[in-house]
Amino acid sequence: MTGPLLDVRDLVVEYPVQGFGGTPFRALHGVSLDVRRGECVGLVGESGSGKTTLGRAVLGLAPVTAGRIDYDGRNIGHLTRAKRRALAAEIQVVFQDPFSSLNPALTVEQILIEPLTTQSVPRATAIARVRTLLEEVRLPASAGERLPREFSGGQRQRVAIARALALRPRLIVCDEPVSALDLSTQARVLELLREIQDSTGVAYLFVSHDLDVVRHLSHRVAVMYGGEIVECGDGDQVTSRPRHPYTQRLLLASPLPDPEQQARRRAERRRLRSDGEQVPAGPR
Amino acid sequence: MTLSSPPAEVPANGSLAASARRPLFRRVLHNPLGAVTLVFLALVVVAAVFAPLLAPHDPNAVDARNVLAPPGEAHPLGTDPSGQDVLSRLLFAARSSLLGALTTVVVASVLGVGAGLVAGYHGRRFEASASAVSDLLMALPTVVMLLAARSVIGPSSQATMAILGIMIAPAFYRVVSNAVVAVRHELYVDAARVSGLSDARIIGRHVLTVVRAPAIILAAGVGGIAIALQAGFDFLGLGDLSRPSWGGMLNTAFSVIFRSPQQLIWPGLAIGLTCVALILLGNALRDELERTGGPPARRRRSPARSRPVDEPVHSDDDRRESTADDSLLDVDRLSVGYDQPDGSVTVVVPEVSLTARRGEVHGLIGESGSGKTQTAFSVLRLLPPGGRILGGAIRLGGQDLARLSEREMTEIRGRRIAYIPQEPMSNLDPTFTIGHQLAEPLRITLGLGRAAAKEHALTLLARVGIPDPERTYSCYPHQISGGMAQRVLIAGAVSTDPDLLIADEPTTALDVTVQAEVLDLLRDLQSESRMGILLVTHNFGVVADLCDRVSVMREGRIVESGSTREVFAAPQHDYTRMLFGSILAGTEPRGPLAETGPDPATKGLPA
Repeated sequence: MTGPLLDVRDLVVEYPVQGFGGTPFRALHGVSLDVRRGECVGLVGESGSGKTTLGRAVLGLAPVTAGRIDYDGRNIGHLTRAKRRALAAEIQVVFQDPFSSLNPALTVEQILIEPLTTQSVPRATAIARVRTLLEEVRLPASAGERLPREFSGGQRQRVAIARALALRPRLIVCDEPVSALDLSTQARVLELLREIQDSTGVAYLFVSHDLDVVRHLSHRVAVMYGGEIVECGDGDQVTSRPRHPYTQRLLLASPLPDPEQQARRRAERRRLRSDGEQVPAGPR
Repeated sequence: MTLSSPPAEVPANGSLAASARRPLFRRVLHNPLGAVTLVFLALVVVAAVFAPLLAPHDPNAVDARNVLAPPGEAHPLGTDPSGQDVLSRLLFAARSSLLGALTTVVVASVLGVGAGLVAGYHGRRFEASASAVSDLLMALPTVVMLLAARSVIGPSSQATMAILGIMIAPAFYRVVSNAVVAVRHELYVDAARVSGLSDARIIGRHVLTVVRAPAIILAAGVGGIAIALQAGFDFLGLGDLSRPSWGGMLNTAFSVIFRSPQQLIWPGLAIGLTCVALILLGNALRDELERTGGPPARRRRSPARSRPVDEPVHSDDDRRESTADDSLLDVDRLSVGYDQPDGSVTVVVPEVSLTARRGEVHGLIGESGSGKTQTAFSVLRLLPPGGRILGGAIRLGGQDLARLSEREMTEIRGRRIAYIPQEPMSNLDPTFTIGHQLAEPLRITLGLGRAAAKEHALTLLARVGIPDPERTYSCYPHQISGGMAQRVLIAGAVSTDPDLLIADEPTTALDVTVQAEVLDLLRDLQSESRMGILLVTHNFGVVADLCDRVSVMREGRIVESGSTREVFAAPQHDYTRMLFGSILAGTEPRGPLAETGPDPATKGLPA
């Protein structure tokens, strides 16, 4: 094995601002991150931290202003639309919102067949593959002929996962895939994602705001704040014994589902706050 | 609100779903209005296409001896002032009318839809120039342009109608480009791009389906307009006089209106009915298309069919004494339902009983669709339209809220019961300043003067931890963050010193660091004023942090209730245990990646 599967170096993403003379909005300030084959890298941060933008840049959905995104040793930061399309079989996505990520007018089978026929897989093969996919994500075979709105949120997210798996990619960007789901559904979908990773060796770039979710699934974790990665390392260490003050603050802020432990965590958080350890000296 | 939440389970092949999947054409045929108009229009089309076979006479054959003949055997609808057969002329005129309308619709829709798709999907420069052209066309007076065109190209009906099509194209352009802009930001379009679909395929498969409905409806309307306009031109004698036309026939009939008024009937009916049919068809299409887009009917188990009710588990036995003195809110066997269009009632909360005490935070926890928000809204008597309390009592300090009139309830809401919503931003009016929205209710509920209300509002803003109250007071909602907005709403809620505060997922939309601060604030306010809080949430961490007691809700029933410490230490009900089992906090971390991880070496397509 040579080098990481995905290697992001000093990535800058800027969005143009409406109107003349506006300075573009800089969502990412030189971010570096790598994902190895078969690895799950969690990306944690609060809203506006740039974690979703990083995922979208890897998918080719956000403009790369500077820096590199190397996939399998090849810079994919500035590909043409046509070359980008060829990457569909390598990098896939599962979005947060299972409601708007599936076209309401298409049946589940039509949704799952689409990426296959685009890669000119014969129709009969594609239909067989759809059947295996539904099995892989634990949906009944009869699900194929139904419309997305006949399913619950968790089941829709399974359809979205099946679509991502259709082309047997090597990297899936998961953008908050369980944050719209109920607690019990969330646990089952995470279990599914883990099983799939164990059996196929696919790598995940797992974006979430929830430290517990990330800790459960990620081998390594990166923490984003204000468009920069402030801490990156072993999943257990970052989510249990963080070094950066922002990550510490984040950890102490997430309430524990245990009244006694939470009371202690709250006291510790209040002590830290009264010590004057306010918002960390974040990036600009 | 959980009203829009998805059905919890996959319904058995619902009739709605089945009907939605049928092709549009068949669905329109099942709509009475659609069927009638389609049949009528089909007859008109058949008449036009087979006019040479159907017409008893040459439409242009003049018979000077038989002018204005009444309907008879030779001439079923009589003859006109030139002795021409009215029926034959009517049939042939249908050809030019329909052809003209078709030309207009085709030109307008091809130009408008095409430009709208490209402009909506790619945006930027093309959109700017296309919009400029569209604005220009819309600014030109259509009738004057057509008259000018006629004087240049001569009385060609088709060319005139094609120009009309160009003039009407902006209508299509606007509808389509707006629809495309809306759909372009849907995640499934992003997913299609990641799936490797070309732009053309994305437009054809994902965008066009969305645009199809409004475009078809618009086309039906434009067809009607084109027929009416064309008839108008022909009536004025501006059309091609060598061919029979409905407008031209009307003109002829008009010249003999005193001698033979019935001449007006046939062309008038033809024009009127065709236009009306097209517009009604548009309505029928809209009805059918919108029916598919609607949310699925919520199916809930009615109480009769549900499994036998098991009594809620109580982890402590001090419930009985609680009802005596310090009970603040006592919800007793409350049931909530929604009226359905067919007269039936869908029960969403079959039976809920819970007690919140003075000076206590009571957590109501459950997954989506469990009825927790419905219960909270029932206490406020703010159920969405169609929803109503079917039975049971909601006692607040001895008064049954379920039986109060709307006016009495208004007295209680905002004074004795306050409310904090889930989405702080959508609960602030973007057109008024924060200060106005905070001070105005104070003037009404507390009867304060303008200056006193402002002073009180500033004190409240300072109390809820807003760093610069003066500045925030004069801000508009979009100028402050979500966390600040929630603080403002909390300030408003506690302003009247209520007995009970209902907080519906107050921190769900906030970041964890902000959530922690808002929870701290709620705790401080609660301990100062000893108010009771009913906290609706799905987050066990929030319950553990803030609540003294907790009720677990599932399918509109409380399955377990007790002090937070006891429920968390030893959950009794299977469902509660299952929920606790799903909590990820404290689970084993994944650990580092094994060095020899599996590699999907077998790349390639499925064999």
